[in-house]
Amino acid sequence: MTSTKPTVKAELAPSGSAPSVALHAGTSDPRTLIMRNLQQSGIYIAFVALVLLFAFLTDGVLLSPDNITNIVLQYSHILVLAIGMVILIVAGHIDLSVGSVVALTGAVSAVIVIQQDYPWWLGVLAAIAVGVATGAWHGFWVAYVGMPAFIVTLAGMLLFRGLTLQVLDNISLSPFPSQYNDIAIGFLNGLLGGQGYDAFTLLIAGIAVIGYAVSVFRTRLARIRYQQSVESFPLFVVRVLLVAAVVMYFAWQLAHSRGLPIVLIILAVLVIAYGLMTQNTVFGRQVYAIGGNLSAATLSGVKVRKVNFWIFVNMGLLAGIAGVIYSARTSGAQPGAGNMFELDAIAAAFIGGAAVAGGVGKVTGAIVGGLFMAVMSNGMQLEGIDQSTQSVVKGLVLLLAVAFDIYNKRRAGATR
Amino acid sequence: MDDDVLLEMRGITKRFPGVTALADVSLAVRRGEIHAICGENGAGKSTLMKVLSGVYPTGSYDGEIMFDGEPVHFGGIRDSESVGIVIIHQELALVPYLSIAENIFLGNERRGRGGFIDWNRTNRDAAALLASVGLDENPVAPVIQLGVGKQQLVEIAKALSKEVRLLILDEPTAALNDIDSAHLLDLLRRLRDQGITCIMISHKLNEITAIADSTTVIRDGRTVETLDMRSGDVSQERIIRGMVGRDLDSFYPDRVSEPGEEVLRIEDWTVWHPVQPRKVVDGASLNVRAGEVVGIAGLMGAGRTELAMSVFGRSYGRDISGRLFMHGRQVRARTVAEAIDNGIAYATEDRKRYGLNLIADVRANVSAAALGKLARGGWVNGNEEIKVAEESRRDLNIRTRTVMDQVGTLSGGNQQKVVLSKWLFTDPDVLILDEPTRGIDVGAKTEIYAIINKLVARGKAVIVISSELPELLGMCDRIYTLSAGRITGEVPVAQATQENLMALMTKEKELAG
Repeated sequence: MTSTKPTVKAELAPSGSAPSVALHAGTSDPRTLIMRNLQQSGIYIAFVALVLLFAFLTDGVLLSPDNITNIVLQYSHILVLAIGMVILIVAGHIDLSVGSVVALTGAVSAVIVIQQDYPWWLGVLAAIAVGVATGAWHGFWVAYVGMPAFIVTLAGMLLFRGLTLQVLDNISLSPFPSQYNDIAIGFLNGLLGGQGYDAFTLLIAGIAVIGYAVSVFRTRLARIRYQQSVESFPLFVVRVLLVAAVVMYFAWQLAHSRGLPIVLIILAVLVIAYGLMTQNTVFGRQVYAIGGNLSAATLSGVKVRKVNFWIFVNMGLLAGIAGVIYSARTSGAQPGAGNMFELDAIAAAFIGGAAVAGGVGKVTGAIVGGLFMAVMSNGMQLEGIDQSTQSVVKGLVLLLAVAFDIYNKRRAGATR
Repeated sequence: MDDDVLLEMRGITKRFPGVTALADVSLAVRRGEIHAICGENGAGKSTLMKVLSGVYPTGSYDGEIMFDGEPVHFGGIRDSESVGIVIIHQELALVPYLSIAENIFLGNERRGRGGFIDWNRTNRDAAALLASVGLDENPVAPVIQLGVGKQQLVEIAKALSKEVRLLILDEPTAALNDIDSAHLLDLLRRLRDQGITCIMISHKLNEITAIADSTTVIRDGRTVETLDMRSGDVSQERIIRGMVGRDLDSFYPDRVSEPGEEVLRIEDWTVWHPVQPRKVVDGASLNVRAGEVVGIAGLMGAGRTELAMSVFGRSYGRDISGRLFMHGRQVRARTVAEAIDNGIAYATEDRKRYGLNLIADVRANVSAAALGKLARGGWVNGNEEIKVAEESRRDLNIRTRTVMDQVGTLSGGNQQKVVLSKWLFTDPDVLILDEPTRGIDVGAKTEIYAIINKLVARGKAVIVISSELPELLGMCDRIYTLSAGRITGEVPVAQATQENLMALMTKEKELAG
């Protein structure tokens, strides 16, 4: 720290232009730059390494068109849950009931569509409505009664599992009509034809890439307008091209399998919407403020109860969507559906960099955390590793991910 | 002065990646003296004490430590404690739900046969130690029932149980009121007379001049000087000169006071304790005008913070009654959001617990109380937000590399400026500052005073709550005194002295006693 200057500088006169150059100064030391980036992007690097490892071990089967499609179809419901879960974890809560809620919403949908013969979309709406209701139930107890989420949702886990059994009368219901199943296992293909590949998939991916490029370019322009530091233009172009290449490769592989999975579109919309919501809206930012320091947030005028209530409602909504996806994929409802889903979702959030104490975590992180586990399971299945070993490995990965987070924090703290 | 030296630290240099925290620091402490260490925040005082107590083990720094004539090498706190060096940190390290006796002997339990704890001996020894520090409490009472002042005494009793020879106290009176502070200083004198050497880190220069035998001043990680205080002619100004490397010609900057229209008025304000059946604030009435600084003086427990927080959106207490006026119009501010909307801002006395999100960056903290101003349709303009934070950083001289740095990494004074930035961004009409300079260094204090003056010059109304009477006398136009929840006086600054304020602040208690 520098010594106090002889004259006290505390100008409060409003002056318009030029935020200082110091914004650039922070990025000069290459070591801190690498360390900071490693902390933030550790999971992304680990994910890429994992994909390469299993691609190598499986002789490329992991990245084959059919297998990529399978991974998307098999784990989408966990990813949907992880989005809601990471938001709760950032705010300092948890939800242990989502597995039971997935079962309950699927069961309600099955009763309406399979047993009562109502149209398939009514089942979807009912499932989502039931999900929202369970979220409101949890939100009420946590936000307005002031109970710890751990207890409330532990009770919810038992409660909604019991209701599932009652709704289903202890038996499984199947099958759903094919329109309903398509939500989870359907594909948009053949809309534009193509020679051995699906042109429509490539078109959508192309539009997505262009949309991405335009959006990051506009962000860059706005940053420059505000005189903030931006990466050099060649680096910027390389980054955009890299993202475009990965997306197009992924689309190319899908186009050579069965086309664009409907569930992937649902997932993409959710990830983009929630990513933007958490980072760029007042509501999202208040979630981080609550998790970072509850008292400070309260004394800054954040309506803590309201925010807490709505993030639980949101979790219920997403659990309802996951319930629809899962029941559609299994084409039915089982009393034991969704068992342990909550743990997969929680693990995805923590592997994706969420902090145990709250205040830190990202939707994109949770998605990558979920994909990390998905690729790990899938890769081990391809390798013929049995279920028990898979469970051991998953457990260790979760442990190490959180240990890495704690180690990083201690390191960061020790350099001060 | 070649007296009997107990501790000598020679040429201590401690480097962290990118920073040299200590550069060739030397310190010599005579046997049986009270040795004060002062310096601005970030000067290296705490780092030096961490080196001494073994928190930074031998090998992680350069230089040598001689204790009682022998070179010592500490690998950890246990090593330093084994030779009788005990440090009491600013944040007390007591376990709230354990008893006083259990806390005293924590990690050093009085054991009987078979390794089980001998409770009789534990409590008997604890009682003896409590008597020696002058604390009249039952050793089996849980620590949480004690006030901060008494907890401090428990910490000292704990140190005595380890047969301490050199006691290090880091800001021991920072959280204490004047009476508890005086009591603690008396105790330190008594311990000195019993032969216990004492190092005291403190910002309170009046205490240092009152109690210390020597004072070492540290600035920017270097020893500036060691002053012999026994003659009694070393003034506070002399110490300040060493700390800041200059004379503080005007510690409290001058200000032309031209109060305008009344901004905030409360009438007959009464607040009940959230759980106990008693009034914390009792029928208080006060007002503050535009361009005016009004002080609230009161001892700890007088209800100062409680009064302020209850006005600020009822964030403290229950069954709050009374009337609140802004610009002469009665308003309701039942939530913090409503209080902010009405132009009230409250900067807390405990910035780490109630003021800041320490794991978030400067930018997010500055915008936290008025994020809506940066948003359209719920969407925050991130670039505008960074611009606002940059402006705050420049205007208030917040020393940080970028506004994306974590607030937890800043020094106390800079954190306080972030808190002020947050509230300034809400553009309040009245700003309530609760202990705005607690735990921050002299240089940052003058900066805060200058900021307050600038605000007042722009027509804001400011209420300052402070335990330091000289600060109130230096800053305010009018001072209210608060005692046991009642306003016991309203004194224009021209007529106020520390003595008559103190008399008003203790009025109720004397009547009751």
